[in-house]
Amino acid sequence: MREATGERATRVFENVACPFCGMLCDDLEIENRGGVLKVLKNGCGWSVACFERNLPPSSPQIRGKDVTLAEATKEAASLIGDADSPLFGGLATGVEGMRAAMALAERAGGVVDHALSEGQYRNVKVLQSAGWTTSTLTETRNRADLLIVVGSDIRKLHPRFFERIVSPPDSMFEVTAPQRTVVFIGEVPERKVAVGSQVGEVVALACAVEQIGEVLGALRARLRGFRINAKTAGGITLAKIDELAELCRQAKYGVVVWAPPTLDVSHAELTVEQATGLVKDLNHTQRFAGLSLGGNEGAVTAAAVSTWQSGFPLRISYASGAPQFDPYRYSIARMLAAGEGDLLVWIASISPDLSPPATDVPTIVLGTPGLKLARKPAVFIPVGTPGVDHSGRLIRCDSVVSLPLKNLHRAELPRVADVLASIEGAL
Amino acid sequence: MVIKLSGGKVYDPANKVSGEVRDIYVEDGKIVAAPADGRVAQTHNLKGRVVMAGAIDPHTHIGGGKITIARMLIPEDHMKDEVKRTDLTRAGTGHAVPSTMVTGYRYAEMGYTACFEPAMLPANARQAHMEMGDTPMVDKGAFVMLGSDDYFLRQLAAKQEFERIKDYVAWTMHSAQAIAVKVVNPGGISAFKFNQRKLDLDEEHVYYHVTPRQIILALARALKELGVVHPLHVHGCNLGIPGNIESTLATIRAAEGLPLHMTHTQFLSYGTEGDRKFSSGAPRLAELINKTPNISIDVGQVLFGQTCTASGDSMRQYSIGKSAHPKRTVIMDIECDAGCGVVPMRYRDKSFVNAMQWVVGLETFLLVEDPWRMFLTTDHPNGAPFYTYPHLIRLLMDKSFRDDMLQRINPDAAAMSILPTITREYTLDEIAIMTRAGPARSLGLQDRGHLGAGASADITVYRDDKNREAMFATPELVFKNGEVIVKNGKVVKVVQGATHVMRPSYDHAIEGPLKTYFDRYLTVRMENFRLADEEIIDADRGSIVVQPNRPRVS
Repeated sequence: MREATGERATRVFENVACPFCGMLCDDLEIENRGGVLKVLKNGCGWSVACFERNLPPSSPQIRGKDVTLAEATKEAASLIGDADSPLFGGLATGVEGMRAAMALAERAGGVVDHALSEGQYRNVKVLQSAGWTTSTLTETRNRADLLIVVGSDIRKLHPRFFERIVSPPDSMFEVTAPQRTVVFIGEVPERKVAVGSQVGEVVALACAVEQIGEVLGALRARLRGFRINAKTAGGITLAKIDELAELCRQAKYGVVVWAPPTLDVSHAELTVEQATGLVKDLNHTQRFAGLSLGGNEGAVTAAAVSTWQSGFPLRISYASGAPQFDPYRYSIARMLAAGEGDLLVWIASISPDLSPPATDVPTIVLGTPGLKLARKPAVFIPVGTPGVDHSGRLIRCDSVVSLPLKNLHRAELPRVADVLASIEGAL
Repeated sequence: MVIKLSGGKVYDPANKVSGEVRDIYVEDGKIVAAPADGRVAQTHNLKGRVVMAGAIDPHTHIGGGKITIARMLIPEDHMKDEVKRTDLTRAGTGHAVPSTMVTGYRYAEMGYTACFEPAMLPANARQAHMEMGDTPMVDKGAFVMLGSDDYFLRQLAAKQEFERIKDYVAWTMHSAQAIAVKVVNPGGISAFKFNQRKLDLDEEHVYYHVTPRQIILALARALKELGVVHPLHVHGCNLGIPGNIESTLATIRAAEGLPLHMTHTQFLSYGTEGDRKFSSGAPRLAELINKTPNISIDVGQVLFGQTCTASGDSMRQYSIGKSAHPKRTVIMDIECDAGCGVVPMRYRDKSFVNAMQWVVGLETFLLVEDPWRMFLTTDHPNGAPFYTYPHLIRLLMDKSFRDDMLQRINPDAAAMSILPTITREYTLDEIAIMTRAGPARSLGLQDRGHLGAGASADITVYRDDKNREAMFATPELVFKNGEVIVKNGKVVKVVQGATHVMRPSYDHAIEGPLKTYFDRYLTVRMENFRLADEEIIDADRGSIVVQPNRPRVS
């Protein structure tokens, strides 16, 4: 870290991990000039927008009126103490913030669910019914000679996926981009924009997201040697599906990639199950693995902490004192729509886009300054972003690697963990 | 303030105290000599009670990604054992793979004060420590997994100077905050990524052209020369395969006098005799162990019921997945570093195979003579959840109880077992060795596992009940650092234990080639791969105890 003194001090931070998507790229170089951040190296459009955004001035508020942090904390504690069924949602925070959220939810007898868990549950339902075989980012980067990307454009969620994982300049087992085949099933992005010019071969099987499961099902059937009478499946000709089957057979290490949030259709867990089922079928004789992306807004972290502390991956209620798990009943989105719950505690400390859902239920928001709010919450407490305003830790999309997040000293804002602990202390 | 534990029968094998009535004095969390002025602030009258050091589990999967996958995989298993919050303790769930806080409470309630996670992947070390940070009551530590990681395999394949291999092993122990090193299916986890489905002791890895024998010898020698106290912790080749006793015996012979710890040998001691070509290799294993002083083992006893196996051995777990109950498994290839496999399992006493596994474990316990070289484990949760330890202790201490239990298992397995002919009953001394003094000595925990002056005052007090299962399930008192944390088998005070590490020296020049390797191939920077002390101390509200290593030699 290079440092200069003075009020407009400039500091440069190296090896910065970016908290703004589930890949947690940790090779960024970021300058802090008097509290204004600039990404010097290895930023993507999304990370630059998030790190460099103007942070509006922000104050704790009760029903729109500025108050002190102590007053806001007291009011939040009073609302939580009076609630019969408080819902702890959003949960965009790091490990420490999530630990504090679990402790408070348990104390208050509340429900715990992440803002993006609908996407994650496309995975959890498959995991808890069929299991799977998966890979991680480094393993895929060095080993995959065939990548089958399932869904819509994952670059919108993970702008550097192709640069870092599919087209790295070097790989451990001599499988660099020119040796790789990338297959898109679903919405097919424009080749050069999507994967760069290096990748050896790109195969496009364009279909609607709803049809991906059918395409994968036909592929699995053909790989098993079954006859299919139809000429197409999911709008893809059988000839193309057979070509893909041959690519699969030839692969040394194939990886089926999906980002659950991009599979935004009803019962998308069945699509995930076809993708992981394809992997399962092929592993009988060769090596294949799945790779789930996503995990933005601390979603993977929230599920992991919830699992190790309660035994269940979110969607739990502590109303009885013990964690009770029901992935349908304890979806906070469903509960709010059904008029269940009498208080929403919404934690959104990472990006300013994670607005609380529209609800008439009184709401306490712990948010990054500038968080988009449709209406004034009962209590608003501005909080720091882990990896920007204070240090912290997040778990990556592959659920294996976790990264330390640096304090880049952007602004003096309290940590979610400390605010929640104060609220719990005041209950 | 001096606390006196008065008049208990003390079993402290490390200090050669065997059931003698002794007073123990505690001050500032440590065991001290009797105060010269005789003044004590508080006395616990322990007349007739059995007093031991707090128990130490040297091999229990309590933290890290694969355990959280296991927790996530079978929610229906947690639903049988939901745990409510109290004014003192946090909520959670138990059964096969309990949540972190429940793990800590239940270990303490069973008289345990330290637990060691034996399979921490370097790439997942941060999460393993976060989970252990959320495991209260007990001290913790972890063994870092090497031997299928590409950096080490490249070093070995390139025949790098041995001192560089040692530097890398030591660097990894530092960066992952480990106390020991484990190898799992040596080279096999990597070989599975190249579609090898089996890797025997002298079989070559298809890419690196090194063998498990070479990997084991290199790591075992590196640890010895680095002065790491615990020998290489070996989960051998061919786990779960009938006939694997041959590769297990060959691995012990391969050590050529180097110290090795062979772990959960039960899963690695199967013969091929009998109609079903599946038999106990325990007598042959024990015979070799008894004459090979450089080898220690832990058993990994199977006990009947639902559990969930979680292992770094992706190659073998993939194959074992066909026996999963319920039918769902998770296999992972991880970060050019390691792998994992999670397979739920229901061990049934009426199943021939499961009953034979039970037999193999018990025969091992009863035929290996030296308790200093054998530790009591179920390889939690792989053989059974850790709460079954009191039952296991009774099986070892009570021949008639053991014979009764033998009547309940699959009769074909019982008929093939020599258990009816074994009269050995473990003594309290031997139990204290296997669950305290032995693991502490083996891991290099200088101030744990004994009751001599200077030791941490981690002490367990039992009622001397003839039913040893009841006795060991419900200690009357458990002290952690001199404070009473459990009374009559229930937590009365919640404390946060320390994390034990060992830090052999290394040449910092290793970070040159390592940084190049990380930048070229990996998706994490070397600087972020390393786990800083502050993460354990500040972020996890823990503390670190650096246990002394021996000097490095070449």
